Amino acid sequence: MSVQVVTITSGKGGVGKTTTAANLGVSLALLGKRVVCIDTDIGLRNLDVVMGLENRIVYDLVDVVEGNCRLRQAMIKDKRLSELYLLPAAQTRDKTAVGPDDMVALCAQMKDDFDYILIDSPAGIEQGFRNALAPADRVLIVTTPEVSAVRDADRIIGLVEAAEKPSPKLIINRIRPEMVDRGDMLSTVDIIEILAIDLIGIVPDDEDIIVSTNRGVPVAFENNSSAGTAFRNIARRIEGEEVPFMALKDQAGFFKRLVKLVRQG
Amino acid sequence: MNRKNELTIRGTKNGLVINLPDVGELDDLLSQLKTRLHATASFFRGGRVALQVGTRDLSKEDLERIGGILDEEGVSLWSVFGKSELTQSAAREWGLETDPFEQEMPRKPDYTERQSVMDYSNQPGASAILIRRTLRSGQRVVHPGDVTLIGDVNPGAEIVAGGSIVVWGKLRGTAHAGASGDDGAVVCALSLYPTQLRIGNYITRSPEGSPTPVRMPEIASVQGEKIVAEPWSGA
Repeated sequence: MSVQVVTITSGKGGVGKTTTAANLGVSLALLGKRVVCIDTDIGLRNLDVVMGLENRIVYDLVDVVEGNCRLRQAMIKDKRLSELYLLPAAQTRDKTAVGPDDMVALCAQMKDDFDYILIDSPAGIEQGFRNALAPADRVLIVTTPEVSAVRDADRIIGLVEAAEKPSPKLIINRIRPEMVDRGDMLSTVDIIEILAIDLIGIVPDDEDIIVSTNRGVPVAFENNSSAGTAFRNIARRIEGEEVPFMALKDQAGFFKRLVKLVRQG
Repeated sequence: MNRKNELTIRGTKNGLVINLPDVGELDDLLSQLKTRLHATASFFRGGRVALQVGTRDLSKEDLERIGGILDEEGVSLWSVFGKSELTQSAAREWGLETDPFEQEMPRKPDYTERQSVMDYSNQPGASAILIRRTLRSGQRVVHPGDVTLIGDVNPGAEIVAGGSIVVWGKLRGTAHAGASGDDGAVVCALSLYPTQLRIGNYITRSPEGSPTPVRMPEIASVQGEKIVAEPWSGA
């Protein structure tokens, strides 16, 4: 099967793009796939930290684009999984150092060596986002159940559709079922009613994420983490498997309404 | 307001009308016209406009100049209404309509009366458009005529129309009907819960409190000096 380039974006900052990219990378690699994660947030790089590989960076994305090194020299193999690689962003440059064509060419260069190229997009709708979107075969939109994040996600979906990419899929991150039950938080149904795209994953708010980020060990490695399980399920869905959504507390009755909405949408 | 002495560009039931006042140097007025059209270029573009000139004499050359200016902004002249014989014959020579245009739109529309006087089949001026998709946040539709949209208008999306707006779906973004000054335009939606609503020169927003959009068709129009939304119960 040919390589799939999957761009993970959101519009809003801080909703979990980098966490998602790292954890999906780990999850897909755990399923036996060859994966590379590319950090396109030039100047504000984080993917290396979340994956625990920041001490191993010698060359970065900008070095590759400018021809200062060969592609293989810049790619860092993960500490734990031999088929997972990271191509880090540069920290001392900014997003104008790379263009959309560079990204497309880069992915073309890598296509024979990997099953998945995951691109961690920066927040925003400017150059960084455009760079991340250019080579995408599929797009995943990450949002949290907050009005501002959903507004930005809607904007981004509009831009993705305008770029004529296939319809993106949605990941709702940091959901708190108790708050949804109390009516204090947007429910999955509320969010999909506005965004009107297919849902590919729901990730519960989980303290383990903070711990794992600080340690540099993505939660997808942990069997006892609900967020980790959620990310591994998303990876399976990306692979085409039908995985039922985790039974979070607010799900009673939700599935019926969700199925109805998705059928209409 | 004495419209006759000002250069105005208005939206009316019969389309866009430019009023050229009786007083003032033609050169001066034309340069003002050019500036104003240019400032709102994208809005009027593609539309047709009628010229109202009162008692001013305009020669064929004058009309050609005006036509040229309008052309540059993507607007076409379809008729000239004036009292002067010279203007009338110059217009006829150029192939334009010259029917006397005396009826002015009432400033405060009486909604029930408009219903019975409806005949939009021969409406000159801008045409109506039909859009069949949802507008997402950040997307914008601008059109000099009426706009019908089958789909939703999400918060952060915008429709700006010279005429009326009909949203066959949820209107949760911003809608501005009668944007060129027509207070008689209306806004309809299956679920009317806009961030902000404007008709002509009036502006309003949805009532605070209810977070869930009202799920019944409503029509909003200017009544008295404000915008009023009423449930749609049939014509």
